[in-house]
Amino acid sequence: MSSGFSRGKNGGVVAEFEAPEVSLLRSLVSMMLGIVSPGRTSDDPLERALGIGDGTAPSDPVLARLFPSAYEDEKESVEFRRYTEATLRDGKRADAQTVHETARSGRFELTAEQAQAWLRALNDLRLTLGTKLDVTEEVHDEIAVMSEDDPRYPAYVTYDWLTYLQDSLLRALW
Amino acid sequence: MTIVWNDPVNLMSYVTYVFQTVFGYTREKAEKLMLDVHHKGKAVVSSGTREEMERDVQILHSYGLWATVQPDSVK
Repeated sequence: MSSGFSRGKNGGVVAEFEAPEVSLLRSLVSMMLGIVSPGRTSDDPLERALGIGDGTAPSDPVLARLFPSAYEDEKESVEFRRYTEATLRDGKRADAQTVHETARSGRFELTAEQAQAWLRALNDLRLTLGTKLDVTEEVHDEIAVMSEDDPRYPAYVTYDWLTYLQDSLLRALW
Repeated sequence: MTIVWNDPVNLMSYVTYVFQTVFGYTREKAEKLMLDVHHKGKAVVSSGTREEMERDVQILHSYGLWATVQPDSVK
């Protein structure tokens, strides 16, 4: 399989994908767009207009990993989250959107900026899937010995593929 | 100080790349910090004012790294 990335012009990259891979990527980033949809906002209309959230930590483990607490201190953490989470969600949505709009089968070029969006979006997908699967650092060894009949197999293979793509993109960017 | 914590998902190469991109560190310095995160569980990646640290943490969160602000002085 020749899919992956190679160095392009002006800090960009050349990507190559097969049609089924593009559909898989598109469905994964669509899921991502749902996960990072605009979050809970403050009840105050002005704060809402300014994108200031209520600041409470998410109980969902995936959201907690995508938007970690910045302080050990609960009060400071809430304050930080109030002012940053909406911006972070916007950024993650924009990155996922870029992948959705630019991914196609065959060879295509990504600008330096689009390549950065892809890099972050692939990482968000790995964080999401990795958190759901509760992966450890030995995940790649686990996949190597996992039976194809294992119900977890498809998700693990997808995670492994995303890891391969991210690694390929990093090599093309460096 | 800005602290980055080890996690099982982020690739070692990705973490190094992010340190270089976000802070403009040399590959050598970025790799050393990444290895500290990997082996010791965490590393101080930048220091400065509270505002600067919060900005750094927000950027690191946009890249999916697990970063926190550690107040310098004990209150």
